[in-house]
Amino acid sequence: MADSNERIRVLIAKVGLDGHDRGVKIVARTLRDAGMDVIYTGLHRTPEEVVEAAVQEDVDVIGVSILSGAHMTVFPKILDALRARDADDILVVGGGVIPDDDCEALKARGVREILLQDTPPAEIVGMIRRVVAERGAR
Amino acid sequence: MAYVASATLVPAALAGDVRAIARLLTRAENGTPEARAAFDALFAKTGRAHVVGITGVPGSGKSTLVAKLAAAIRASGRTVAIVAIDPSSPFSGGAILGDRIRMGELGGDPGVFVRSMATRGSLGGLARGTLEAVDVLDAAGYDLVMIETVGVGQDEVEVARAAHTTVVVSAPGLGDDIQAIKAGVLEIADVHVVSKCDRPDANRTIADLKNMLALGLRTDGAAWRPPVIATSAARDEGIGEVLAAIDGHRGALEASGEIAARRAAIDERRLLRAGEEILRDRFLHDRESRVAALLDRIARRELSPHTAATRLIAELGEHA
Repeated sequence: MADSNERIRVLIAKVGLDGHDRGVKIVARTLRDAGMDVIYTGLHRTPEEVVEAAVQEDVDVIGVSILSGAHMTVFPKILDALRARDADDILVVGGGVIPDDDCEALKARGVREILLQDTPPAEIVGMIRRVVAERGAR
Repeated sequence: MAYVASATLVPAALAGDVRAIARLLTRAENGTPEARAAFDALFAKTGRAHVVGITGVPGSGKSTLVAKLAAAIRASGRTVAIVAIDPSSPFSGGAILGDRIRMGELGGDPGVFVRSMATRGSLGGLARGTLEAVDVLDAAGYDLVMIETVGVGQDEVEVARAAHTTVVVSAPGLGDDIQAIKAGVLEIADVHVVSKCDRPDANRTIADLKNMLALGLRTDGAAWRPPVIATSAARDEGIGEVLAAIDGHRGALEASGEIAARRAAIDERRLLRAGEEILRDRFLHDRESRVAALLDRIARRELSPHTAATRLIAELGEHA
């Protein structure tokens, strides 16, 4: 159902004991400037809180920024919580400092895309648009 | 992933299903034509919730107050939904919606529903689709629905025409600036909150507001006297008093019968706004043909915009 008034809605989240939010704020600003509605959760959220917020906000995408090394715990918990809420049409993408091997493992687990440090802003915008278009209307 | 019809979402939303509610709120925001009948069906089920507007200048502490109030409402055994509005960019149309940052402690409570909305060019402090969103949440059974407006300036009083009770939040330290907002915003407050009262200059703000109220700007003859309540989120002070004032105001509206007048005023406002929106949509839809022809004549100064608009509306009637 195409609506001219539709906006891509993105929830940007920081999870757990990770206080580095400079990058995530730049991502939020970049997506805003690309015309998206960006909901920022603030720091220190649990995976369950992120999923609950994403469901209430009816977002298209959850973007999780992780620089703490906890990615192999955090992403699976979010994916499982989404599935438990029957909400796995909400796409999960990641960003931060994540080893290549872990990226592959996380994508196999259901994370749609992971963009690492030094990604140009336009690439982030393009990636979000692409994964939402691939999912289609819901 | 298939599109879920709005008619399918209505019974689920009425039963309190969070996903269905959230999906319908998105369609309220987008003005999805397919959802129109669903909103009509939900509207018939509204009227139970106490709708509370929270407004104030940017940074006055609206989100913090809303988060604390929501916790107090839950402690009183009631459920609460929050529609929190932030501005859209006038350039990109995008928005950063940050009201959830202050609401972390509400996470995981099924009795609280929080939704962020971007203004999308709407003026007056509310967002496009806010009133339909309130309908959805009212029909879904939330006891209170709080509308947190975008940070307002002097004249964004739209929330008072959407809420049964309006709370105006003022922060200390705005000095003479506070005088400027008073003319517009003081009149719509049913409850005044002075936030950040751990700060020493709060007393002056409280005194200013009380003095202004003593001048009797409110001339509607109602028995309700808007209280001025000092709060401090840092010290967790005053929140219970604010909730008691909100409940007290609702009680006063019921006791005096004024609630019927408020409801009628909200309905009238919505009828007019809906009419404006329908006309605007039709105008934009016709931009190519009739509107373009009229614009040509306006450009040649053969018609004034007012006369052209009158003709356009007459033509719309013929083609309706």
